[in-house]
Amino acid sequence: MLFSLQRRQQPSTFWVFFAPVAALIMTLLAGLVLFGLLGIPAAEAFYAFFIEPVSSLYGLSELGVKAAPLIIIATALSVGFRAGVWNIGAEGQLIAGAIAGAAVALWFYEVDAYFVLPLMILAGMAGGMLWAAIPALLKTRFNANEILTSLMLSYVAALLLSYMVHGPMRDPDGFNFPESRLFHEAATMPVILPGTRLHMGFLVALLLVLCIWLLLSRTMLGFSLKVTGAAPRAGRFAGFSQNGAIWFSLLLGGGAAGAAGLFEVAGPIGQLLPSVSPGYGFTAIIVAFVGRLHPVGVLFAGLLLALSYLGGESAQISLNLPVAVTGVFQGLLLFFLLAADVLILYRVIPRGRRPVIDERTREASRNQPSQAHRSEGNT
Amino acid sequence: MFRSNSDRSIGVGRRIKKVALGLAASLVLATVAHAADDPLKVGFVYVGPIGDHGWTYRHDVGRLAIEKEFGDKVETTFVESVAEGADAERVLRKLAMDGHDLIFTTSFGYMNATNKVAKAFPKIKFEHATGYKRAANVSTYSARFYEGRAVIGTMAGMMTKSNVIGYIASFPIPEVVRGINAFAIAMRKVNPDAEIKVIWVNTWYDPGKEADAAKTLIDQGADIITQHTDSPAALQVAEERGVYGFGQASDMMAFAPKAQLQSIVDDWDPYYIERVKAVMDGTWESQDTWKGIKSGMVGFSEYGQSVPDDVKAAAEVVREGIVDGSLHPFQGPINNQQGEEVVAEGEVLGDDVLLGMNYYVEGVQGSLPK
Amino acid sequence: MSDDVLVLTLLTIITAATPLVYAAIGELVVEKSGVLNLGVEGMMVCGAVCSFAVVHATGSGILGVVAGAGAGLLLALLFAFISLGLQASQVATGLALTIFGIGLSALAGQQLVGIAYEGLPELNLPVLSELPVLGQLLFSHDALVYGSFMLVAAVWFFLYHTRGGLTLRAVGDSPEAAHSMGINVLRWRYGATLFGGACAGLAGCYLSMAYSPMWIENMTAGRGWIALALVVFATWRPGRLLFGAYLFGSISILQLHVQALGIQIPSQFMSMLPYLATIIVLVIISRDQGRIRQNAPASIGKPFYPAS
Repeated sequence: MLFSLQRRQQPSTFWVFFAPVAALIMTLLAGLVLFGLLGIPAAEAFYAFFIEPVSSLYGLSELGVKAAPLIIIATALSVGFRAGVWNIGAEGQLIAGAIAGAAVALWFYEVDAYFVLPLMILAGMAGGMLWAAIPALLKTRFNANEILTSLMLSYVAALLLSYMVHGPMRDPDGFNFPESRLFHEAATMPVILPGTRLHMGFLVALLLVLCIWLLLSRTMLGFSLKVTGAAPRAGRFAGFSQNGAIWFSLLLGGGAAGAAGLFEVAGPIGQLLPSVSPGYGFTAIIVAFVGRLHPVGVLFAGLLLALSYLGGESAQISLNLPVAVTGVFQGLLLFFLLAADVLILYRVIPRGRRPVIDERTREASRNQPSQAHRSEGNT
Repeated sequence: MFRSNSDRSIGVGRRIKKVALGLAASLVLATVAHAADDPLKVGFVYVGPIGDHGWTYRHDVGRLAIEKEFGDKVETTFVESVAEGADAERVLRKLAMDGHDLIFTTSFGYMNATNKVAKAFPKIKFEHATGYKRAANVSTYSARFYEGRAVIGTMAGMMTKSNVIGYIASFPIPEVVRGINAFAIAMRKVNPDAEIKVIWVNTWYDPGKEADAAKTLIDQGADIITQHTDSPAALQVAEERGVYGFGQASDMMAFAPKAQLQSIVDDWDPYYIERVKAVMDGTWESQDTWKGIKSGMVGFSEYGQSVPDDVKAAAEVVREGIVDGSLHPFQGPINNQQGEEVVAEGEVLGDDVLLGMNYYVEGVQGSLPK
Repeated sequence: MSDDVLVLTLLTIITAATPLVYAAIGELVVEKSGVLNLGVEGMMVCGAVCSFAVVHATGSGILGVVAGAGAGLLLALLFAFISLGLQASQVATGLALTIFGIGLSALAGQQLVGIAYEGLPELNLPVLSELPVLGQLLFSHDALVYGSFMLVAAVWFFLYHTRGGLTLRAVGDSPEAAHSMGINVLRWRYGATLFGGACAGLAGCYLSMAYSPMWIENMTAGRGWIALALVVFATWRPGRLLFGAYLFGSISILQLHVQALGIQIPSQFMSMLPYLATIIVLVIISRDQGRIRQNAPASIGKPFYPAS
């Protein structure tokens, strides 16, 4: 190796904040190379990716629309990831929530009343929780690994949605095309910024970030979850069984994903379609980790990732950049963001130079808890 | 390596200035009538990647035809792999705000987003493929692919030895059902004993799954395979197993030189050129276009080497009949799967029924989800 | 079903299962070393495009296979550098690798769409392939099919019957203990990760060279994810992995057969069957908690960096 890592005595506060900055600088440098190779003017590409999408109020509102589901799901998932519960089926839970919420909207299609939307939100959450309850039950009762069950159930949910929009829930006046009726006013999310699509869901996302932050930092439950993830047996001493953590994490993640799904169909989409999410449930997993499993980090990570998607669209429109280049560029951005975080816990020692000798450092590294999560530095 | 496009080098300075004008200003800019010496900006929204070699690929061929036809007078833009859902509306709005004069949205799922954005940008013309909602500045267009399927159905009916045809279908939407039925009716006319087995793969393209379905159908006795999915995988299987098949969307002869009997080719070029010209001439009007073989929107490849002359002749009769209007693929008598007559002798199914078709005709096995 | 149809159906199942076997057996070794690489889909799709490109350029199937494995290996190296060398979150790095790989493959394959290739030749083993029924079923596949079985056997032998396998499992179970015994944990994890990448590349190579010999963007269509699930399904045991891949492949194909027979069930429910069956079988085989714990790498996904 060209370098080695030396564990810091304490996480570096400086790098907690500046690692992402360093990552962005590295991304720009790598971008210069990438766009240079492809013969694309780099300045214009960067402008299209990072500035143009948010250069107007409308652009900012769209950022909120795109980021809301990512933040909602990632915030909830990060709680579970801390507790060592691998729910990677949020996409399926999102779809289940969308179906359940849409069912309520269509059931009350003739009713124009204030209670319809709240009922839809409840149904959406319940749908997502129900879908997440299956892996929870199979894990706690039969020991079936949730990575497999939650992932497989995502495919099942997508097919169920396909069945619903091609069959029972399709628009009776829609020439048998695969879509539901358009929801009525009473069944759509209130817009919080007139003239845009920015809806209540974004406020919910912010509120959820706050709640989860309080939960993790101020309550015993948050502490127990963390301990459970690190060492299941210790968690039990902290008053929280492993099964409890599994149920709590999956239901929280499922409820949030279900709500996010409902917000999509009752918000910017306004009806049930064969595809209601461009993979928010999977992208949210990346958001959770890029956000270091911390609610505030997730907020910023969600906004950044949403920006990269919007940027990809604007790069296609203004530079005719194929979507494939967006994927490569997004990948690079994520690699740098993830890699830069190494500086929080470690010093990077170039090969041939001697590590910083410090008795306490050595002591700290000897006791390095390899299982402790890296995010602990900044909770 | 990089895809060539008419104009990628738009000055940054100009763009920043434009952005500084803000949202309101760009709305105004966009609604200002198209000036004579500026190139006409034409936008395309695709549901898949242009590398799908199927649906999206053919639309992109149409886009390139516009560039070739009009040269400097047009500037085209495309956005690929746009998910149907919340993303579509934003992409459309961006294209509109970016000063596009004409925007093609090439998937059914963009219907409501197209109409919503069109309402906000009344001066911009929109063209939505395969939908049914129109407005003063929203046209719809689609191809009568079922006409092509009547031609290949005739060929299949004549050439099958086992009397079993395998049909790989994507999703149970009227468009696909219509194609299956047109194929079945034409096939039964020349061969009343032939049956169609349908497999729904629930995807538009997944070459592996399409190949699996083709093998399954062949294993169950099919000696001719046809598909309403995008990739040439099924044809490759036909070639390998020594049975026949038909291409879809584009000529797939390279993938199955022996097996491909014929290919239905989506040809959007003439329509796209016509509509761009209409905008340039100021004659564009909202309309519903549903054209078939006659207009060239539904095209064909050459016949394959295995097609005997009598089959070619019969196929030509059907094709010419459809072109001159003497033959309609949904001409009575038509029976449903239960053998009950749904269209009487001498009658023809109207477009309204065809548009929402959701039942199988006689000769098709299996059932549709209700 | 007649004998013929049965054999042909089994052949279809073998084709459907082979890419899953390759991708999953590689990931199994990766996970056994304590690393979780969720980027299988990205490595696989790059393997598919690279092997197709090389075959197209050189006409050599062998070079194509090498290129496929090499592409997967290179992507795995990127993953290993970030998640092992720099200790980044494995889960997130793997997912980012998938986004990156799909984009990269589409970019690399722009000129390859619509080009035909007749596929890898079948290796008919002399005499044996002439046997009735069994000959066709067992002895007339392309080299990659035979390779998949040999690979599974080799991995099994390596893990449970060699010193190296013991070391690898120790690294995955308790990196601290392994480290204190003088094992270079990172080097082992690097090695396992690269092996997994090469296998994922081979899986992609099988798709673009044998399963449906062509290149189309995203042609892996989610098979990398299924492979990941199969490792869990197999409770990290090579034999069970083979069973899982063939179970998933069988049900995928059998539901097509049932559809073609004209059954009155909506096709979406039929398409759900492979996923549901995998869940149900996992539930049945997971009830013996002790055995799973024995096989599951205890430190999977947890970062480890030697202290000194």
